[in-house]
Amino acid sequence: MHTEEAEHGTVGSFTTIWIILLGLTAIEVFLAYKQINPIMMLTALIGLSVVKAALIIAYFMHLKFERFSLFLTLFPMLIFCILMMFVFMPDSMRAMLMRTQ
Amino acid sequence: MHAGPATESLWSGGRSPYLVNSKKFGMWLFIISDALTFSALLMAYTYLRLSTPNWPMPFHFTPSIIFSSVMTFCLLSSSLTMVMAVHSMHHANRRKTVIWLIATMIFGAAFIYLHATEWLNLIHHEHITAWSNPWNEPLFGATFFGITGLHMTHVAIGVIYLLIITIGVSRGKFKYEDVEVSGLYWHFVDLVWMFVFPLIYLMSVKG
Repeated sequence: MHTEEAEHGTVGSFTTIWIILLGLTAIEVFLAYKQINPIMMLTALIGLSVVKAALIIAYFMHLKFERFSLFLTLFPMLIFCILMMFVFMPDSMRAMLMRTQ
Repeated sequence: MHAGPATESLWSGGRSPYLVNSKKFGMWLFIISDALTFSALLMAYTYLRLSTPNWPMPFHFTPSIIFSSVMTFCLLSSSLTMVMAVHSMHHANRRKTVIWLIATMIFGAAFIYLHATEWLNLIHHEHITAWSNPWNEPLFGATFFGITGLHMTHVAIGVIYLLIITIGVSRGKFKYEDVEVSGLYWHFVDLVWMFVFPLIYLMSVKG
């Protein structure tokens, strides 16, 4: 295989990623149908969604084939900012307790 | 990759440290900022949901979840057709590129149609609007229609963007990187839905 193909992916690899993404979505819908415990459900759904997002970014958006410096410039900051948003979450519990009292 | 004195750094100027063109880099910066916008909205939704004891869970498995699953299928498939369009353009096959771009726009339009139908179903049958609902929790409608509406706006803008690219490519204008950059935007719209769908729909199935 020519390196140019390897650098941009092949029709076969794109189709494989698409099938994996559909499979992961089917698992998510099945979990919703089964109505499992909400905490377990949330953990499983977020976990599966992060895997799906990573596949889309790496293969469909070609980030896997870009320089690592591009990834390092864009993503650690994004992930850090998103994690910092969780600082508000404990407050939601306080708000709920105040409402229910 | 670059020949030059060993002491000269890639970052010392006059070079492209990321080895991407400025259009692609600009789109990546936009995507990161837009990702933060959607993250903040979804975080606000989760905050409100956790802090509200009587949060509405209005989505019946049939039709709402079936509908939104088909919508997810449309977006995922549109990402495949988009990546095929970029792949065809990389091989300088403009005819195939146009066909794949049209397929992507059809999937995008199908998503908007299905989503609009789903909205109308909620408004007319479940009596949920952006400011009122039977549970007396107006913030549900505000966040639900706000987040899904902003996403639908992104899809609509994406279809228009792809239409412009399709017309240009069919007339022999635009280069490979223009199609690739429009693809980045389209995949991002798909990616956002990968979080909106589970957090808003799948977590709120009516028991």
